[in-house]
Order: sequence, then structure tokens, then C-alpha cells
Amino acid sequence: MSKSTKTYWKGLPELKNDPAVIKNADKEFGEDPGHSRRDFLKMMGFSVAAVSLAACEAPIRKAIPYVNKPVDVDPGIPNYYASTYVNGGDYCSIVVKTREGRPIKVDGNSLSNVTLGGTSAQVEASVLSLYDNYRLRGPKIGAGETSKASDWETIDKEVIAKLGEIATKGGQIRIVSNTILSPSTKAAIDVFKAKYPTTQHIQYDQVSNYGIAKANEASFGSAFIPSYDFTKAKTIVSIGADFLGTWGSSIEFSKQFASTRDITDTKREMSRLYQFETTLSLTGANADYRSMIKPSQEGLVVAQLYNLVAAKAGKATLSAGIDKIQHLEKAANELWENRGKSLVISGSNDKDVQLVVNAINDALGNYGVTILPNIPTYFRQGNDEAMAAFVAEAKEGKVDAIFFYNSNPVYDHPMGKELGEALKNVALTVSTSYTEDESATASAYKTPDHHYLESWNDFEPKKNFFSLSQPAITPIFKTRQAQQSFLVWAGEANNDYFEFLSSNWRKTQFARATNAVDFQSFWDKCLYDGVLEYPADAYSAVSFAGDLSAAASRISSNYSAANTGFEVVIYESYGVGNGSQANNPLLQELPDPITKATWDHYVTISQKDAKELGLDNDAEGNTVLLSITANGKTEKIAALIQPGQAPKTLGIALGYGRTKVGKVAENIGVNAYPFLALVNGSISFAATTGVKVEKTTDPFQLAQTQIHHTYMGRENVVQEATLEEFNHNPLHFREEAPKISDWDKKVDPNSLSLWKGHEYNNHHWGMAVDLNSCTGCGACVVACNVENNVALVGKQEVINRREMHWLRIDRYYSNPEGTDVDNYDALEVAAENPEVVFQPMMCQHCNNAPCETVCPVAATTHSSEGLNQMTYNRCIGTRYCANNCPYKVRRFNWFKYHDNQQFAQSNPAMNTDLGRMVLNPDVTVRSRGVMEKCSFCVQNIQAGKLSAKRERRPVKDGEVTTACMASCTTGAIVFGDLNNPESRISKLLQIELDPNRKNGIDKIAHNPRAYRVIEEIGVKPNVYYLTKIRNKDEKKAHA
Amino acid sequence: MQATSSLREPLITGGKTVADVSHDISRHVEAKPAKSWWMAFGVSLVLLIYGFYCVCYLLWNGIGAWGLNKTVGWAWDITNFVWWVGIGHAGTLISAVLLLFRQKWRMSINRAAEAMTIFAVICAATFPLVHMGRLWLGFYWALPLPNAFGSLWANFNSPLLWDVFAISTYFSVSLVFWYIGLIPDFAVIRDRAVRQGNKVRALIYNGLSFGWDGAAKTWMRYESVALILAGLSTPLVLSVHTIVSMDFATSVVPGWHTTIFPPYFVAGAIFSGFAMVLTLLIITRKVFKLEDYITIYHLELMNIIIIVTGSVVGIAYITEFFIAWYGQVPAEQYAFYNRMQGPYWWAYWSMMTCNVISPQLFWFKKIRTSIVSTFILSIIVNIGMWFERFVIIVTSLHREYLPSGWTMFHPTMYDIGEYVFTFGLFFTLFFLFAKFFPVINMAEVKSIVKSSSEKKH
Repeated sequence: MSKSTKTYWKGLPELKNDPAVIKNADKEFGEDPGHSRRDFLKMMGFSVAAVSLAACEAPIRKAIPYVNKPVDVDPGIPNYYASTYVNGGDYCSIVVKTREGRPIKVDGNSLSNVTLGGTSAQVEASVLSLYDNYRLRGPKIGAGETSKASDWETIDKEVIAKLGEIATKGGQIRIVSNTILSPSTKAAIDVFKAKYPTTQHIQYDQVSNYGIAKANEASFGSAFIPSYDFTKAKTIVSIGADFLGTWGSSIEFSKQFASTRDITDTKREMSRLYQFETTLSLTGANADYRSMIKPSQEGLVVAQLYNLVAAKAGKATLSAGIDKIQHLEKAANELWENRGKSLVISGSNDKDVQLVVNAINDALGNYGVTILPNIPTYFRQGNDEAMAAFVAEAKEGKVDAIFFYNSNPVYDHPMGKELGEALKNVALTVSTSYTEDESATASAYKTPDHHYLESWNDFEPKKNFFSLSQPAITPIFKTRQAQQSFLVWAGEANNDYFEFLSSNWRKTQFARATNAVDFQSFWDKCLYDGVLEYPADAYSAVSFAGDLSAAASRISSNYSAANTGFEVVIYESYGVGNGSQANNPLLQELPDPITKATWDHYVTISQKDAKELGLDNDAEGNTVLLSITANGKTEKIAALIQPGQAPKTLGIALGYGRTKVGKVAENIGVNAYPFLALVNGSISFAATTGVKVEKTTDPFQLAQTQIHHTYMGRENVVQEATLEEFNHNPLHFREEAPKISDWDKKVDPNSLSLWKGHEYNNHHWGMAVDLNSCTGCGACVVACNVENNVALVGKQEVINRREMHWLRIDRYYSNPEGTDVDNYDALEVAAENPEVVFQPMMCQHCNNAPCETVCPVAATTHSSEGLNQMTYNRCIGTRYCANNCPYKVRRFNWFKYHDNQQFAQSNPAMNTDLGRMVLNPDVTVRSRGVMEKCSFCVQNIQAGKLSAKRERRPVKDGEVTTACMASCTTGAIVFGDLNNPESRISKLLQIELDPNRKNGIDKIAHNPRAYRVIEEIGVKPNVYYLTKIRNKDEKKAHA
Repeated sequence: MQATSSLREPLITGGKTVADVSHDISRHVEAKPAKSWWMAFGVSLVLLIYGFYCVCYLLWNGIGAWGLNKTVGWAWDITNFVWWVGIGHAGTLISAVLLLFRQKWRMSINRAAEAMTIFAVICAATFPLVHMGRLWLGFYWALPLPNAFGSLWANFNSPLLWDVFAISTYFSVSLVFWYIGLIPDFAVIRDRAVRQGNKVRALIYNGLSFGWDGAAKTWMRYESVALILAGLSTPLVLSVHTIVSMDFATSVVPGWHTTIFPPYFVAGAIFSGFAMVLTLLIITRKVFKLEDYITIYHLELMNIIIIVTGSVVGIAYITEFFIAWYGQVPAEQYAFYNRMQGPYWWAYWSMMTCNVISPQLFWFKKIRTSIVSTFILSIIVNIGMWFERFVIIVTSLHREYLPSGWTMFHPTMYDIGEYVFTFGLFFTLFFLFAKFFPVINMAEVKSIVKSSSEKKH
């Protein structure tokens, strides 16, 4: 091997021994490139990171952490504030749930003896109105379309200047409001009045009880509206009073009424309700005996009832009367039998009718027992006559300044249109409405009030029953509490309404308090409780001194026994109420308890009349518009054929046809207020003469959530019995408890199973729904929507039968008497005047759940506590579970309901920045393509278990509730632990644990009324229903 | 030594020689496509494109594009799925079961029937895919794949998962069986291409034939593989539709929850599969002038199978009604009453007319040997079978236990569009197959040219 002598050069520079080459001769890569390997890795790392970051760009959402955390706000932990809901004349004492400073849910306040912890659909929905996109963002100047945003200083200056001008020339100032329940607000208005003595305060209500007040003035010398106590009433006769739905203090009445309907094997009696009415109302649907009358007969029916009672009491009868009213005589007999523990009420606003009602109750000795004049109520005290006089004045140009507070008469007064016109000629028009509604639009100054959840206030719904409302959130917009505005305009230096309110309470309530140490602790206690109640005044006997014969003769001339023409009844909608919350999609999509229609305005017409007019509602809700003329006004409204509607009558709901309302309620229905007129001194909610009905060819499609109306005789779905049958044999009154066949005999379906079944070692959650207490009001549906972020899908999707409600209330009508139970076609027909049953239906959390076995990816599974749970993340959307659900409670996300402009109108809570604030952060907003359903509010169960665990104790019964249970005024829904023998549900159902498998699924409910829906298929639900019992003498009619 | 039977009808007419067979069948592959082919292919492509738009719309917007609702969670999607799967049954039955039973008349038709099977299964498979709310996850979550989600695994209790396995197994076995059968025929085309000097075609078909050499040893192996695959496929013919039927039979839905479904579905599948084979072959033999290979006798034999399976299906319908009455379960009784008298009565009576009454016409020799009436009836049978699935799915679901949930189903243009998509897909694939692949199994047919063909005059 010889050493190579060859030399190789990298280039000429090396050959020439260039100094630069020599310098770097020992370096492998020659001259230093300036970047090291580490640099390369760094750059590569950066590029990879940058590219990946750019690829997964996330939308930027502002989430700003607290710099200083407020003492009382813990992220993830809700705060609760007692407050009060007031809307128009409606009142409810509530508890507001807030998360991170945002109100997200409203529940009833059980400390209140006025609303007794109950709520209504409107109360439950009101939390979304706080986040209404149509709210005024701040004060505005200018009427109509030309209004411009302004600021409070400018407005105050201008208003005060104009008020000063008006005051100097002695012009007339009017404050127009709905009934004001707040003593401090009244005081604030008094301050304003003191400054401007020509001010008059006009109170009116969309649906007032003015007739009752007038009648009581005539009967007892004082214009009060009494409290009622339904708990003591054994026989209740209601002539058109929808006391479970819209009449008077309906939340309180529902609760009281339900307590008289509770039936167990030891308490075997219940109240009996007779309802005489025109349109099938919620109360009529819950009545034991319901008779159809026409509005033109109403006064005569009351007079006849008086005659029947008077005959027994040995009193003179009246000149007015009517024969052949079904069940009237029977009702009178029972009233007399139960005198002193009965109640007669009328929904009429006619003072003469109410006077006769007073006379009947007086003859029956009901005053002081079921009617409590010693506890006058203060809601719906509007004065129809004063309001009418005011509108006339305004039209004549006699008024110089008008302030609208908590009212919208341009929309919701029969002469609203005229008033709206007249406003143009009024020197100063101010609206304090928090939205730009019809009256605000017509007013020159829009000075938006806070939403009630942002306000301080006090209320006195009944004498000696006070409550407070407190802000649950800082005002979202540049709004100002109306009371403060009045104080400012009155030139008060101390115009802060909170100061005003508390000093008012210091003067009035603190002075009354007997055991309070100092004002602050007294105030804190009141605020904490939300209510302050004093014992009721003692009852001092009232003596009836009304002029009956004069009333009777007016009734004779105003009413007629044999009107052959069409008549119209106007009633408050169960969803949108009087229309003030029309822009709330929760209420628009809430199915009407009776018709199950959503997003729609319609006229109800009897089956018989529909036939005569050639109308038909097909299974898809296709119908035509009817042209209806009443009170000189003509409107076109869609026809809905309604079983239970009295023949030759029509029912039209208030609350629709808003024109300045916001996106949600735009173009829905017509305004029915102009159909109303002042009759006999008060607004009459019926038009009995001059009504014309014409069928048009304009097609219309109604969006109903239920299109099949009878339960087809399926007693495995709905069980009902009469009290008679129940009393005959409470343990075995069920005619056909479902049985299935074993080899040689028929056995209880629950006794046969292929599986041993789950074992729940800790809790076994279950629910009981009492069909007897459920009035069908729908509060639970709204509560469930709010609690669980349930998407609202809008009218078209309801027509497509894709509403998302996790909890629905099935409503079934009975068939005509004598229907053959084997004739399926006949079973589809509802009776002319049907019996009605409501059945809340939600996921039954079956122990042998058919949905669980069929899911290919195990997205729906069984929990160790008996829940059927849905894992949204895992769901791929085959919908097999929904097909295999016998109860049809599973809901599929057909579209993306959030962040999708297509649903912005119907579902602002998931599609607008403001609306999103209402979402419950504990519940996922579901994505497109996944299945969802009732979870038994699993977030509440988890929260309850966590707090119990933290305190090292078992979960207490009642600590965990579902939204539906919490919202149910009548207590029809009970949720709890079936493993715990002490729980309310175990006691209610009389649960007996299997001695061999204490925690097994097979628990025996000994309550004779307990049953489970379609028990024979063996899915073993955890939801029990309690049979509906009607207080009838006869055996049940076939349904 | 082979003798021609004088008793049996000849299976091949026109006195064909072995060379004729190669020529008659290969020339369609070799020649430029005819105008009629272009037209048919064009129409199929248009349907496919329109259908594809509908599929895209559905995937972009959500299942709400269809007419489904809270009560009716499946309608056209699963109806079409079951319908296509059913159609896919005939191919395997013809090639596997009839092979095992040594029915030589299958030889002229098995190739096209198997192709139809494969395309029908592809069409069927699109529905379970697009009907998912979240296809982008569902297409692999439904498989038991190891994953990073912790203990997540598919639910083996679910008939939908059984479907995944049943369909994919059936598809793979059918595909392999079909392809194995194609190999010698591809070699024929290759050899002809070599002789014709068409290098490109020779290269392609050489690849497709995996270099088939036609040696005795190769033929022996080919025969064994065919027999083994036939043995494997035979149980699949029964299992696939049995499992599809369990999607319904294992549920609690009245009208679905019946034990008769597996045999009833299998019979129905063969029934509709044969009808579809007839429809396609009548067109194919006309377009490609293959009347000598697919004779009236072939059609008649298939018609006889249609009478048998149609009658089985008819008896199954009657049995269902009898059991609904005899079982005394009110919900089930109502479900069957609702089929006949409910709002979807027209679907039910269409089904009865098309499936039970119309195939009985094949008892008449005149009708079962007439091409026109066979063609019409084969289409009627498939209309009837579509209605059968629609009746089972929609009329059972729309009125179940709780009357409050009763609804109606109305299809939207996207329901229809997805069906059109599968038609487009099916015919596009079928026409491509008919053009580029030998539509009749030349190798097998050649084996019977001597024994079962008309004597040369």
C-alpha cells in the first residue's frame, strides 16, 4: 500500500492558497453559514407551530377575567336573589338564579303566601325578555320612524322645560299605567303629582276585574277585589272564569285547587268543579262537569243559578233566567248541600252579573270562608271607565302631557289606534317602556325603564302581603328606572329610586316591624326573603246590600236566551298572555295547552259550525282564513276547529297582531283588542251582536305540536276513572291493567324479563306525575326549555314536526258518548264537548331502555343511578334510538340551531350575542346531527351530589329537583330517590323495595293510582303516573 | 364425449361455436361504444350529478333537508337502503347457490347479476352513511377501531353494528367472487387484443387478468377457488338480509317487532333481486344483441323463481296479519289496521298489488315467456318491493304507541334526490361495466356450448 501522492483541490482558491480558504481549512463546511443546527431546529419548530396555529384558527370571543373578583361571584356557582315578577297586572314572587352575574332562570319563591312558590309559563319565560334584542339601548327623542338616540341630560332638560310650560298654563298631565302594585312607585308618582298638581294617574288593565270591583261597591259599599280560598271549596261553580289559566291570581288558585284534587287511598274525596263557558279553557279542561253556553246567555245563567239557590234558601227569585242549561240544576243542588264550603265565580266583567254572583255566594254563606273580603287583592284594578274617558279627552285635545308607564295602550286598548292618532297633537308624550313598543313609537320621548330583573321595587299584591324586587344584574343598557325618571322630572334632588324605596320602607314597614333590631338587618332580611307578610286582618262579616232586581232587569235586557247569530269571545292567550311578552320566542313556541298550536293566532270554531261553513283542518293543520266582523271591525284569522267550543261562537285570543314588537313576533296574527267595547260601564270580552263570519279561500297552515287528538281508547297510555269507581275499590279499580301471556296464564308484564336488571347501589332517581293535579298550564315546558338550553325552531319547523321540547304535555280529548272502542276510525273523532286529560311526557328513563341497545356507538347508556343518559359527543345521529323510543321523547338536531341566521328569529338565545347570555352554562348547546332528550336535569343532580359530598352527608330529599318539578305550581311532578324510603316520591308512590334485591330495578308501587305508560312492553320506566280521577257520579265516558 | 340433450331446452341458441362466444361477447369491449350506450350513460351521469348535488346539500345543511320528523326518524333513506340490499341478493344467489346446485342456466346471467349485486350494495351503503347526523364521525366510530377515547367501543348489541359487518362482508366476498370469475375472460380479451395488435388494451387487460396463462393447473385452482367462494357466499345470501331485517325485528316498534322478518326479508330480497336482474338483462341482451346467450328459457326460469319467492312473500304478509290478530296485542293490531286503512293505505295496497298479485301472472306460460310482460312485471315487482319497505318503515313509525306523537311523513326533493343519486350511481357503474367488462361469463358459457346448445343445421 503506497500513500497516494495525488492531491485534489476544491477549487482554484485552494490551489492558490487563498488566505480565506486557509482560515477555514479545518471547518467541514467552509465558511460559517451563520446558522447553526439549533437555529435550524428553532426555525423549523417555529414554522411548524405557526402553521399549525394558523390552521386551527379559533374564533375570538371576548372573555375577560376579573381583575378583582367580586366577593359574591364565584365562577361556576350560581347565586340566587329573591325578587318579584310583575307584568301588566300579573304578579309572582320569584327567586332569580344568576351565574357569573347573569340571570339565567326564574323559579317560584315558596316563602310567598300569595303565589305559594308557583310560577306560570310567562314568569318562567320572562328571563329571556331581559335579553330581548328589541329592547331600547338608551333614551331616544322623536316619534315614529324619525326618532334619534339621545342622552338622559338632554331628555330631562327638555321634558322638565315642557312640563314647566304646561304647568304654567295649567295644562293637563296624565300618567297612564297598568295596575301599579308598588306602594313606593305610587309614592314616587305622588311626588310628581305634588310638583304638577294637574297630573292624573290613570290605571287600566288589558283584562281588568273592574266589574267585580264595581259590583262589590254596589253590594258591600267598597270597591275591592277579594281573595279567594279554593282549598275550602267542595263545590266550585265557575261561569266563564278561567281561574286556572288567566283569571285573577291564577297561580295561587291553581295551587289551592290542586290541593283539593289530591286523592289517596286514605283521603278519598275531592272538590267538584262545574264550568259553564264558551271556549274550552284550561279551567274547563280540568272541570268535572263542563257545559257550553254562549256569551249572550252568561248573565242569564248566573241569574238562573241564583234562582235555583234562592228557591232552596227561601228567597225571592229574579225576573231573569234561562232553562235547559246542562248540569246547572245539579250544580245548584250541590252548592246548597255544601253551602259555606262552596264557591261561585264568574269571569264576566259586567257589574250586574258579578252582583248576582255576590248574591249567590252571600246566600250560600261563602263570605269569610271561600271568599275573603278581609284580604283585598290589588292586582288588575284598572278602571275601564277612567281609561275610556282619558282616551276621549286625548282625542279632544284636552290633554297636554301623557306619560306611559308599564303600559302599552296604543296596542292593548280597544281604542288604542285612536289614542295613537291623538298623541300627535299632545305637546309632551313620554313612554317609559323598555322596548320600542307601539306606545313608545308614538311617543316623542322614549325613556326606557329597566327590565324588572334590573330594577328595585316593592309590591303589595294583597293587603298586608309585601314583596321586594332587586336587581339581579347591572342594567345592560343605558336605561333608567321609570320611578327615578318621575322623581327627576319632579325636580327632586334625591332622585335615586333605591334611596327613595328604602326610605319609604323605613317610614312604613320598619315602623310596623316589632322585632327588628335596626333597619339594615330588617331590610336585609326582607330582601333575602323577598317577601314581608303580616297576618291578615280579621274578617268582619259583610252584608250584601246590592239592588238585585235592578241588576236582574238589566241582565234581562242585556242578555238573551236564544240568540241565533254568531258570537265572539275574546280571551287572553296562555302563551303570549296580553301581548306584552309577545316578542318572547319561548312563549310563541309554547304550545297552547288546549289547541297545541304554536306561533299562531287563530279563531276557534265548533265542529258543528265548521261543518256548516265547510271548513276542515287536515292532519297537517291546513285551514283557511275566516273573515270576522265584530264591534264594527273586520279581521281575517285562521280557523281552528275546537272541540268544546259552544256552537255558534268563536274564540279569539288577545296578545297577537303586535306591530312594533321586534323580529320574533313580527306578522303573527291580528290585534283582537279593537273587537272589545265598553258595555255597561266596563270592557266586555264578548261581542254578541253584529258578528259576521265569512269563509275566505286564503289558505293558512297552523303549526300544532300534536295533530292527533284522542288517545284511541288506549288505557295503557292514559288511565282515568271516576271518583265513584275509585271509591268502590281503590286497589282494583283499574279495569284493564295490562297483562302479558306466560305459557299458561296471563301475568303482570313486569314479572317477566330476560334480564336480571340493573342494580342501583346509591340512588335510584324516579319521577311521579299526578294526572289529577296537572292542569296542563305549560310552565314546566318553558322551565325545561330555559334550564336545558332547548332550541326553539320556529313555525316552519313545528309544521315539519320537529319541535325540540324535551318535555311536552300531551292533551287528549274523549270520544263522543257511546263510541265503539273497537272502531279505530270512530276513536279518532273527538266529542263535541269532550273530557280533557293532560299528560306531561318526558324521557321515561326506562330501566330496560330500548334506545340503549340499538345505538351502534353506545352514545346513550344507563347510569348507575337509573338515568338514561345521552352522550352528545359520541352521538353520530342514526336516529335508531328515536325510532325505538315508545314514548317518542327523543329529539334530533335536524339543523344547526345555534349560530345560524336561519334560526335567528325563532331562537335568539343561541343566535344573538345578547340572547346567548341566557344560556345555562351547565348544559351543552347541542350541535347539529345529534340526538337529545330529557336528562332529569342531570346537572342539578350532580350539583346536589357534589355539595352533599363536600359536606360529607347523603343527598337530602328535595335537595335535587328538576326544572319541571320546581316550576310546577300544583306539585303534579315529584322527583326523587326511589332507593330512599323516606323520600317524598317513595312515600307518594308507596314504594316497596324488593326484599331480595333492595337496590334492584323492580320496585313495587303500592299507590293504587300509580301506573307506568305502556307497561306491557316491559321497558320498566322510572316515571310513574297517577291515574286521573274525575269527580263524577257516573262511570267514565269512553275516551 | 358430450351429448346434447333432446329433452331440455337448449341454453344457448343460434348454434354458437366456442369462437363465436369469444367474439360475440368480446366485441362490445373492443368496439367503440354505440350511440345508444352514450345516451344511456349520459342520462345516468346526469342523474348522478343531480343526486350528488342533493347529497352535498344534505351534508352541508343537515338531515333536516329531508322530510323526517320527531316521530318518523327513518323513511326514504332506510327504505332505499333495504331495497338496494335486497336487489343485491340475486347476484350471489345466482352465482353461488346455483353453482352449488349445478344449475347451468345461471352461466349466461351470473356475470351481470354479480355486477348488479356489487353496484346495488354500493348504492345501499350510501344510505346508512348519509343518513347519519354526523357522517364525518360516524363513518369510523361505527367500527370497532382502537381509539384514544378511553374505553369507548362500538355497541355490539346494536343491529346497526351487525349491519356494518354483514354488508361489508357481503360486499367483499361478492367482489372477490365476481373478480375471480372475470379473470379468464379478461385473458380472452387480452389475447384477442394481442392478435389485433392493440397494445394498450393488451396491457390493460393483461393487468386485469393478473397474467392468466390458461394452464390446466391454473384452471384447476380457479375451479377450486370458485367453489370455495361459492361455499362462503351461500350463507351470506341468507345472513345479510336476515341481519338487515333485525334492524326492525329487534325493536319494540309495533309492526317491526316480529320474528317472521328474517325469512320474509330473505325471500323478498331474492324476489326483488331477480326482478332487477331481469330488468337489466332484458335491456342488455337487446342492446348488445345477446339473445342467443340469454334466451327466453333463461328468463322463464327466473320468472319461476319470482313466482316462488313472490308467493313466499305473500304468505309472509298474510302470516303477519294473522299473528297480529291472533296475538291480541292492541298496538300491533292497530299497526296492521293502520297499514290497510290508515293514511298510507295507498302504499300498502300498491305493495300488495305489485308483490302478491302481479307475480302470480307468471303462472301463465304465455306471460312468463313474453319479453314485454316480463320486463313490465320485473319493474312492477321492484316498485312493489320498494313500497314494502316503505310500508314497514314509515307506516309502522308514524303511528306508534302514543297517539300524541302521531305524525305524517312527506318526502322533500332531497329525499327523492338521494334516491336519484343511487340510480345515477348504479346505472353509471353498470354501463361502464357493460362497456368495458365482458357481460357474460365466456369461460363458463363455452363449457356448455357443446352440451346445451341448438344443433347446427
